[in-house]
Amino acid sequence: MSGAAAVSIRRVSKTFAAGDVVALQEIDLDIRPREFVSLIGPSGCGKSTLLRIVGDLIRPSSGEIVVNGKSAHEARLDRDYGIVFQDAVLYDWRTVARNIALPLEMAGWDRARRAERVREMLELVELTGFESRHPWQLSGGMQQRVAIARALSFSPALLLMDEPFGALDEMTRERLNAELLRIWRETGCTVLFVTHSIAEAVFLSTRVVVMSPRPGRIAEIVEIDLAQPRTGDTREDPRFFELVTEVREALHGGSDRGSPRLRVAE
Amino acid sequence: MPVLRRAATLLAVLAALWALWEGFKAFGEAVGLRIGAFTVDDLSMPHLHDIVAQLFEPSRRNGPLLIEVLADAALFTAKEAAAGFLLGAAIGFALGVVLHHSQLLQRGFLPYIVASQTVPILAIAPMVVVWLKAGWLSVAVIAAYLTFFPVTINALRGLGSADPRALELMRSYAASRWAILWKLKVPASLPYLFSAFKVSATASVVGAIIGELPSSIQDGLGGAILNFNQYYLSSPPSLWATNLIAALLGICFFLVVAALERIFVRRAPEHVA
Repeated sequence: MSGAAAVSIRRVSKTFAAGDVVALQEIDLDIRPREFVSLIGPSGCGKSTLLRIVGDLIRPSSGEIVVNGKSAHEARLDRDYGIVFQDAVLYDWRTVARNIALPLEMAGWDRARRAERVREMLELVELTGFESRHPWQLSGGMQQRVAIARALSFSPALLLMDEPFGALDEMTRERLNAELLRIWRETGCTVLFVTHSIAEAVFLSTRVVVMSPRPGRIAEIVEIDLAQPRTGDTREDPRFFELVTEVREALHGGSDRGSPRLRVAE
Repeated sequence: MPVLRRAATLLAVLAALWALWEGFKAFGEAVGLRIGAFTVDDLSMPHLHDIVAQLFEPSRRNGPLLIEVLADAALFTAKEAAAGFLLGAAIGFALGVVLHHSQLLQRGFLPYIVASQTVPILAIAPMVVVWLKAGWLSVAVIAAYLTFFPVTINALRGLGSADPRALELMRSYAASRWAILWKLKVPASLPYLFSAFKVSATASVVGAIIGELPSSIQDGLGGAILNFNQYYLSSPPSLWATNLIAALLGICFFLVVAALERIFVRRAPEHVA
């Protein structure tokens, strides 16, 4: 099982040196290929830290991470994952097309291959015709679609997303949720997704990992057995509400004393 | 319309400056104003129209017009200043890049780089002439000495200004240090660099003029200033006219850099000051 996992997290702990803050304690999690796993929890539960540890952007204090059968470090050097942050983090001085091509330049693709792939990616995120715009000429939702295209441009097997739609309005967020699911189906990548939103986590995921804070731990894992492909109707399915309630209760149970302080976004 | 308004503003400012100068002169002469050794008369404050008119007088009997002589001198100095600017900007940028990548070097060398600017350029210039022999190269090196410092300081700030998540992004692409430098840090530092280039461009003109003095170079504005300084009593407007041309040269340098900035710094409109 562990050998076939896309991401295998074994007894990972992280203590930040300043003030002995235990951000993560003994996290164990296996993510199968093509799964869509969300990490949800209140602020300070270490979900973003865990995502960065999987991406080898932060070193764990102890424990082991295996990504695509390699150490997280080797996986990063092999460009096995793409990452999307809450803000698009596009380069102002590059056009949309050249932003998407950035990782391809790093990977040493030649110009013709880059242009071809950029065209495909623009099609995938439905931004054809916007290739020569600059980032500031796009809406927040469009910028985030460029960021997704950039993260997927080199066809990584794993997509790491850190609250990618957290800064967007509800309508844009729902549209991009649907679009992300389509992209996930089309590309067949594995997604590890951090969010504050229960509804978003349930709608998108095959599994929701509920985390509790101080120290960051996995409180519960909720299997999301909603039918695929998910559509607007999914959000009105009674089972959807049951699962939302289940995740909400898991969140509250994970920190019953702290529940009033819990920041659970829409 | 905005162009017309800007032109009108420029004219109004020029007219106000002219009125200030001529008004003060007229007032000072009428009341016999004296401030210490300063007396208002045609020697200390020539009429502005005399200064401009002097440009179109022959520089010496049967010689070319003063403006032609000064234009040649300005061109000569401009070449030295441009060479000094490019040299200084390149050295300044390279220093910034090296210091950005090494805390140790930064702590070790930055104080001396700051100290270098406290040494008067007039004290450095004669030594550069001794080392390199008098010539345009020594003048360029003196101009570079005034140029590099703002570039180094702003390069350091600019290279460190990249968004931390943009750096994480580059790490996720397994980007080399070189790629991070050229594809992220340098583009992110361009607004800072151009601020420095604008300061340095005008400083390089000053550096070139000063550099001509110990080199005894006669063909540039520095030579012209020395020359007309000697004849100030017989023709005050000549020196004023030379200063006017020197100032115009500095402004030209500034405008060229500002134009390049508009081409190379592509940013969101709200970032454009």
